[in-house]
Amino acid sequence: MNVIVCVKQVPGTNEVKINKETNTIIREGVEAIINPFDAYAIEEGLRIKEKTGGKVTVISMGIPTVAGLLKDTIALGADEAVLLSDRAFAGADTLATSYVLSMSIKKIGSYDLVICGKQATDGDTAQVGPSLAEKLGIPHTTYVRKIEEIREGYIRCQRMTDDGYEVIEMPLPALITVVKEINEPRLPSLKGMMRAKKAVIPVWTAEDIGADKNKCGLKGSPTQVIKTFVPVHDVKSEMLEGTPEQQASALAEKLLSMRFTTCK
Amino acid sequence: MASISILLEKCVGCRLCIGGCPFNAIAVENRKARILDNCTLCGACVSSCKFNAIDFRKDEAEGPVDISSYKGVWIFGEQKNGSPANVALELLGAGRRLAEQLQVDVSAVLLGDNVGETAKTLIAHGADNVYLVDHPSLKYFNDESYTDIFVQLIEKYKPEIVLMGASTYGRSLAPRVASRLNTGLTADCTGLEIDVERRILMQTRPAFGGNLMATIICPDHRPQMSTVRPRVMKALEPDHSRTGNIIRPDVRIPENLKVRVLDVVTTLCEKVNLTEADIIVSGGRGLGDPKNFALVEELANVLGGAVGASRATVDAGWIDYCHQVGQTGKTVAPRVYFACGISGAIQHLAGMSSSDVIIAINKNPDAPIFRVATFGIVGDVLEILPLLTKEFKARLG
Repeated sequence: MNVIVCVKQVPGTNEVKINKETNTIIREGVEAIINPFDAYAIEEGLRIKEKTGGKVTVISMGIPTVAGLLKDTIALGADEAVLLSDRAFAGADTLATSYVLSMSIKKIGSYDLVICGKQATDGDTAQVGPSLAEKLGIPHTTYVRKIEEIREGYIRCQRMTDDGYEVIEMPLPALITVVKEINEPRLPSLKGMMRAKKAVIPVWTAEDIGADKNKCGLKGSPTQVIKTFVPVHDVKSEMLEGTPEQQASALAEKLLSMRFTTCK
Repeated sequence: MASISILLEKCVGCRLCIGGCPFNAIAVENRKARILDNCTLCGACVSSCKFNAIDFRKDEAEGPVDISSYKGVWIFGEQKNGSPANVALELLGAGRRLAEQLQVDVSAVLLGDNVGETAKTLIAHGADNVYLVDHPSLKYFNDESYTDIFVQLIEKYKPEIVLMGASTYGRSLAPRVASRLNTGLTADCTGLEIDVERRILMQTRPAFGGNLMATIICPDHRPQMSTVRPRVMKALEPDHSRTGNIIRPDVRIPENLKVRVLDVVTTLCEKVNLTEADIIVSGGRGLGDPKNFALVEELANVLGGAVGASRATVDAGWIDYCHQVGQTGKTVAPRVYFACGISGAIQHLAGMSSSDVIIAINKNPDAPIFRVATFGIVGDVLEILPLLTKEFKARLG
């Protein structure tokens, strides 16, 4: 079974700090990582391959340095990784991103399943997965927490909902986005790291994938960011002092006086 | 292709644009700004320059959509077993405000099986019209059929704005619909305003785990679509004397669906309802032992709240993933959030810092959680929690 996994480079969010003088996010020295949710997508792809044979291809749209992260996915066990990089892709919103990913997947050709992480930790939109499935004309299920069965032309999976889960079946090819609960990602093997060292990551441009530049990047993006700002958290903290009994009593008093009673 | 350049004769090297760039793609060298190679051409810096020194050109899209033929504000009347999701009612509240500014109607799209009564609830909460598609095959949310029908309705009635809840279903349906219509979609909005003159929806949303806010528009495509975070917008008080039109549009119900929902399972997580809870009591590593989650549960029970958890406790297997609050769990914004023995890593804060009142209980006075806390107690959570439960029990009867 051939699986395509879509990944994104994001800043390692542990390091996100605010420069209090300029009120901006400090990015210097912030390492770039593969979006944490995409790690579960890669792992699930590898498990499917181990069970059914076939191969795992990882794709990512991004700047040239993303090739390094794609090598890491080879170290984990991906068979191939392709970087989609072109100045024409810059400034893409989720629609333009989905278009470029869809064109590259069409170039790859034969596949059974596309897996994306639930969302990326920088934009947090969760839009590319469903949007990409639409561009490919295949069914999708989001927030998949378990694949119950996968075989030629068929998948049955569990989608996590707000109060439980649903069991959903789809014919393949299809697309799923996965949540953290689905698996525990592996570490790279020594053999994998050796392979990754030697691996050459092909870079595909708009022309290579036959993309219409009017649908790529900023030009193909219906949405525009007109302003960004750092939110002001105007928190007045009050520390409650005294013995534990006094602290608990003071807190109950304060909360009830704020009329935050029960929602019973 | 779009282009960006610095007009050197206007640039004074004031560095304001550096803060205006979300991608750290501007440097100032020799008192002049320079655009770096990692610029994504997003254009966010333009408004930060007080000297009009950033020359940003976006190519006009070919054959823009005839925007003026789109009128009205729509919301997705998400429901389960006939009860509307709270976020749908909140959207009606927000939608009314936007529609009044635009002087148009607010309409709800309601798909389901035998949900006529739900239509009346939506009208009581502010809908002028309800587009009701009632069919046994629509009983459960289904990405394929719901997308198909939603797109048919949008193409037929042409609303200028479509809002959906940023719920599990809304976050799956909205991008699929927007992708089919080739229009813009902004996720997880927390602020919606109208530029009345241009009839443009200004959509504000958090990114980078809430560390950065971005205002986004969709100027040349219609409808303008957003998903909206639950519990941010205010629902209107229901007025059951309100009248509205229930329209049963002539749509084609899709058959032979590829996506089939075989089972809808409600697990123990039913009691969690984290995203809609008014009060959440969350436990972290400071509890010391999985069995101490019982203390968290007891307080939650007394307050009628839900139980949350930090990632560390979920990863350690102390509690189920569906309780996890934070970047890789759920984003919540209750009226009161108790962080018990949670240090407050940035990923946890990203999931709860917009709660109205935050209470932090932690042994370590330097724990980052205290920085966002309304009230802080430095102490042993195992000692404080039972005392709190006792206090509230006594006071609430």
